[in-house]
Amino acid sequence: MIAAIGLKDIRHSYVAEPRSDEDFALKRMTLDLADGGAYALLGPSGCGKTSLLNLISGLLRPTEGRILFDSTDVTDASPEQRNIAQVFQFPVIYDTMTVYDNLAFPLRNRGVAELEVDRRVREIASMLELDAMLDKRAAGLTADGKQKISLGRGLVRSDVNVIMFDEPLTVIDPHLKWQLRSKLKELHGRTRRTMVYVTHDQTEALTFAETVVVMKDGEIVQIGTPIELFERPQHTFVGHFIGSPGMNVLPCTVEGGKAVLAGQPVETINAGLWRGNGKHLELGVRPEFVSFATEGIPVDVVKVLDIGRHRIVEAQQAGSRLKMLVPEGVSVPTGAAHIRFDPLHTQIYEDGWMVS
Amino acid sequence: MRKTVNQKAWFFVLPVVLLVAFNAVIPLMTVVNYSVQETFGDNVFFWAGLRWFEDVVTSERFHDALIRQCIFTALVLIIEIPLGLVIALAMPRKGPWVSVCLVLMALPLLIPWNVVGAMWNILALPDIGLLGRSINALGIEFNYTREPIAAWFTIILMDVWHWTSLVVLLCYAGLVSIPDAYYQAAKVDGARPWAVFRYIQLPKLRHVLTIAILLRFMDSFMIYTEVVVLTGGGPGNATTFLSIDLVKTALGQFDLGPAAAMSLIYFLIILLFSWLFYTLAMRNEAR
Repeated sequence: MIAAIGLKDIRHSYVAEPRSDEDFALKRMTLDLADGGAYALLGPSGCGKTSLLNLISGLLRPTEGRILFDSTDVTDASPEQRNIAQVFQFPVIYDTMTVYDNLAFPLRNRGVAELEVDRRVREIASMLELDAMLDKRAAGLTADGKQKISLGRGLVRSDVNVIMFDEPLTVIDPHLKWQLRSKLKELHGRTRRTMVYVTHDQTEALTFAETVVVMKDGEIVQIGTPIELFERPQHTFVGHFIGSPGMNVLPCTVEGGKAVLAGQPVETINAGLWRGNGKHLELGVRPEFVSFATEGIPVDVVKVLDIGRHRIVEAQQAGSRLKMLVPEGVSVPTGAAHIRFDPLHTQIYEDGWMVS
Repeated sequence: MRKTVNQKAWFFVLPVVLLVAFNAVIPLMTVVNYSVQETFGDNVFFWAGLRWFEDVVTSERFHDALIRQCIFTALVLIIEIPLGLVIALAMPRKGPWVSVCLVLMALPLLIPWNVVGAMWNILALPDIGLLGRSINALGIEFNYTREPIAAWFTIILMDVWHWTSLVVLLCYAGLVSIPDAYYQAAKVDGARPWAVFRYIQLPKLRHVLTIAILLRFMDSFMIYTEVVVLTGGGPGNATTFLSIDLVKTALGQFDLGPAAAMSLIYFLIILLFSWLFYTLAMRNEAR
């Protein structure tokens, strides 16, 4: 029953009669989610990730485009017909019911035999470590317990097409967050259900998902594995949004197939591909791939921040600042110094997009 | 730990003490004073002990009024609470009709009580009132000044018209405060409308419904103005409720002692019912 999900040329607007591109909360996009995958929709608040989630679940109907589950068109189908499960930002539980009845609710609504209900509820409860509380009133549980119930109501149905998470850890205490997060990861491994996880927290997205969809202003900026997003950000936004500290973005020029920064040629992976179409040219390199050298780009070391195994060094280069990550044991010069970039992890961007 | 003695705090409590004294304690004590004495006017009082209380408790007239009062309040609650809930559920949650509905609902609450009585008095008149004439035109004998059933019907209808709005507004406020996620989760869980009502809306409305029942109980138990204007307690004593009986005793017959004893008993009944109901409702909550 589990299905691949396809979004074909969808667009969504909350305005009744959208005229300009501005009116669309989600710009035109096509997205395929494979059966059994763990996906994260990552982006800042207001980027349209929750809208996208609600389009998949059927709580919203797209203004344009079609939504397919396998080859079935479900654009006009209700959430119930789509057979999906969703965990919301704030725990939703049925106050007057026990934990057991909460978990049984979706099955009973679908007329599943009581014997099967009991088997499923107990199976899921033990998976979520809720066994001991089955007879308790759900209202008496803590926030993370309640969120587990919401999740359990999704898992309890064996035929669910996809489970969606809308920032499910928002109200969870910090020390329980990582527990619940690894629980989610473990559950995905065990059940191999398609899961879509919406968050603005890169740690949550990168630890949970096999594939991360990065969004900005209603558009998908990049789809990739956490490693791809780290090593090859397709847009300066991705470079900035993912990583701590984010990618350095410095204005540069290209001459004879090489990037030029502060009068110095810099080896990059893609300067040779530049055809000179855009207006604004930048060079991107993550702090992890910047190191001190005897010669290269001249900088002034401005600030050193010790964060344990690394130090974050802030350096001034001509008009702009850049950050570098210096491992323990490597000495940091004071004042004037030279740096070099790892050529395999340095790329140039044209109007924000990676040149290719 | 040693307690700090600070007598200055009394100074801050004083305004409230004075307010409560003039507002509640002194009037109440005056009534208590009347209830244990006999007077023939001229400000001359004789000690009467608990005689008036015994008289009231054993009086058939009081029993009848109390029974009528209980039936009236029960009917009012049975009709207004479910009806108010249903109307609140049917009201739109967004769009231009929200304010229209809210204003329409609030209107009966804004009309002075004696005007409500006068309106229904005229409306239900068998010869010239729209309601009275219509019912008679259907072939049903309807005259609230002569038949107890017709009088009760009119009074109940008037109270439902006047006060259901309060229940509606309270329930509506409770309904709109339920986050959307609950409805969305119910959709996802495949809940039918009845299940949404039973497991989401009703539990979330517990508190407002408790308040609504409490308010409607107290107000209907003390109803006076509308009924006096509409029927004056008649025909006969058919619609003489406790408050009307009380006023008849106190101001009609000028029996201050029995009237004071009666008002104290009346007050204790309301207090007891409200306390019982509230305690039970809240204990359920804690469980």
